[in-house]
Amino acid sequence: MSQTVIESPAIETNGGTLRLPADAPLRLDSGATLAPLEIAYKTYGRLNAERSNAVLVCHALTGDQHAASVHPITGKPGWWNRVIGPGLPLDPDRYFIICTNVVGGCMGSTGPSSIDPATGKPFGLTFPVITIADMVRAQAMLLDALGIETLFAAVGGSMGGMQVLQWAADYPQRLHSAVCIAAAARHSAQNIAFHEVGRQAIMADPDWRGGAYEAHGVRPEKGLAVARMAAHITYLSEAALQRKFGRELQRDGLSWGFDAPDFQVESYLRYQGASFVDRFDANSYLYITRALDYFDLAASHGGVLANAFRRARDVRFCVLSFSSDWLYSTGESRDIVRALNAAGCRASFVEIETDKGHDAIFLEEPVLHSALRGFFESQATRRGLA
Amino acid sequence: MTALREDFKEILRLVRPNTRVLDVGCGEGDLLELLTQEKGVDGQGLEISPSGVAACLAKGIAAVQGDGDRDLDHFPTQAFDYAILSKTLQQMREPRHVLTELMRIADRALVSVPNFGHWRMRWALLTQGRMPETKALPDPWWSTPNIHLCTLRDFTTLCAELGLRIEACAAVSPDQPARNIDPARPIENWRAETALFLLTRERPRPPAPERAATGDLFD
Repeated sequence: MSQTVIESPAIETNGGTLRLPADAPLRLDSGATLAPLEIAYKTYGRLNAERSNAVLVCHALTGDQHAASVHPITGKPGWWNRVIGPGLPLDPDRYFIICTNVVGGCMGSTGPSSIDPATGKPFGLTFPVITIADMVRAQAMLLDALGIETLFAAVGGSMGGMQVLQWAADYPQRLHSAVCIAAAARHSAQNIAFHEVGRQAIMADPDWRGGAYEAHGVRPEKGLAVARMAAHITYLSEAALQRKFGRELQRDGLSWGFDAPDFQVESYLRYQGASFVDRFDANSYLYITRALDYFDLAASHGGVLANAFRRARDVRFCVLSFSSDWLYSTGESRDIVRALNAAGCRASFVEIETDKGHDAIFLEEPVLHSALRGFFESQATRRGLA
Repeated sequence: MTALREDFKEILRLVRPNTRVLDVGCGEGDLLELLTQEKGVDGQGLEISPSGVAACLAKGIAAVQGDGDRDLDHFPTQAFDYAILSKTLQQMREPRHVLTELMRIADRALVSVPNFGHWRMRWALLTQGRMPETKALPDPWWSTPNIHLCTLRDFTTLCAELGLRIEACAAVSPDQPARNIDPARPIENWRAETALFLLTRERPRPPAPERAATGDLFD
């Protein structure tokens, strides 16, 4: 059966921006508060009468709330339209699917490009440092506003998977099941190192202007593009890059210069960088990579990861990894699963055999989709969903 | 699925309804699916092959991809009512450790082992002088996954050493109904092709230690 569905008109799509008043601030791990807070979100499907079919989909570093709807800037289909849609593992006919733009993001939720009410200017670097737990706290506030007490499932890949783990640690009583794909319980030295390369590329761009580029009417596009190019390499496996591009040239023969890309892989990366700057804010990139680097779920639970999940024994977990993912490798997922087992949580885990690397989260990957389908199916039965 | 495997039938008979079951080496989850449907158990599988785990998940069976030799250590004490190890013990690197871990994790273990003392084994070794290849153990010595084969008597001796009580024992074979046996009888060490044991601990285990509560650094 083909699972490729491009934007179905049958999906009931809603959403907007939740504006929380100044007296309902988001309390941040840093000690700062954020108010008034805006949370941009999209929903797919309809909440049932029992309010038991809500699924929170958490996006990755450069993702946004448009998980299954056309992106307003790029015009591309939703980033998870292979998972969310009619007949797919997350069917809007059955589930009420919510996807929020994370706090710190740049697609409508309060972030560094938002206007600081104190100055009337964009926050820039005066925006407080945020964490994964802050993102999750903001999501919980949105669910409160939507009148949703418990989630049927929290689901996410990469940074989205980290949010799912944070949900299990902070709000286990509001969670029926949890799916964590290609993520880690902490950022490794290598993860932090790659992010630092990206941040330095942005900050080295003269148009960055100490983060106040909007006031100068410029954008650090070159720096942000380089950050994206470096990061994009980590999303692909060596085998996938080789299969896709090898040493293929852009035109006949070498250019013997540096003006134009010689190799197809160079051209591809340049395209990835150039198209990224159209839809993403450089300061958001700094803040969200920081949030990822600060993530260490064990450290915030006495150094023992299992302690993070002790209260989540009624939550059913599904942890998935990809064999060729070297950004968040299978070992990271195994550590999560061992901690879940040690905490007495029920967990399923499988390493999916693929050469597509970290990006497999978003790609055609039949084993991923059948695993998700089976897990949601069994959990829906357990939850008594029709 | 065709006719129910005879050893599955016997396991189905022995497992009490609505219990927590860990199946080590659960394959594609057929046994857990059966136990879930027939006995309403809360099942969890451990399986080394990714395709097996993927098949479990597609069926809605909770399963973890992992190695019974290594990953049992991460399960908490007395997390399950039953741990099942079906014809896998002889493939483990550390059968004694695995058995100990099973009895730590679960109150009861259902363990089946092919009996190397079966008369066909003895006959093949005696007459041909070569490692036997039988229906129960069909692989040649150089490709068999079975690296720690034992006889019925070997296994009961190990159980005694580990302080395990044999609550029930049945001889199972693919084509015959399971037959309750006394594994201590020497004749059974000749005629049982595979033996399925229900094991408990000799002495009740002291209660699991309380876990220390820890604070959240961000609190």
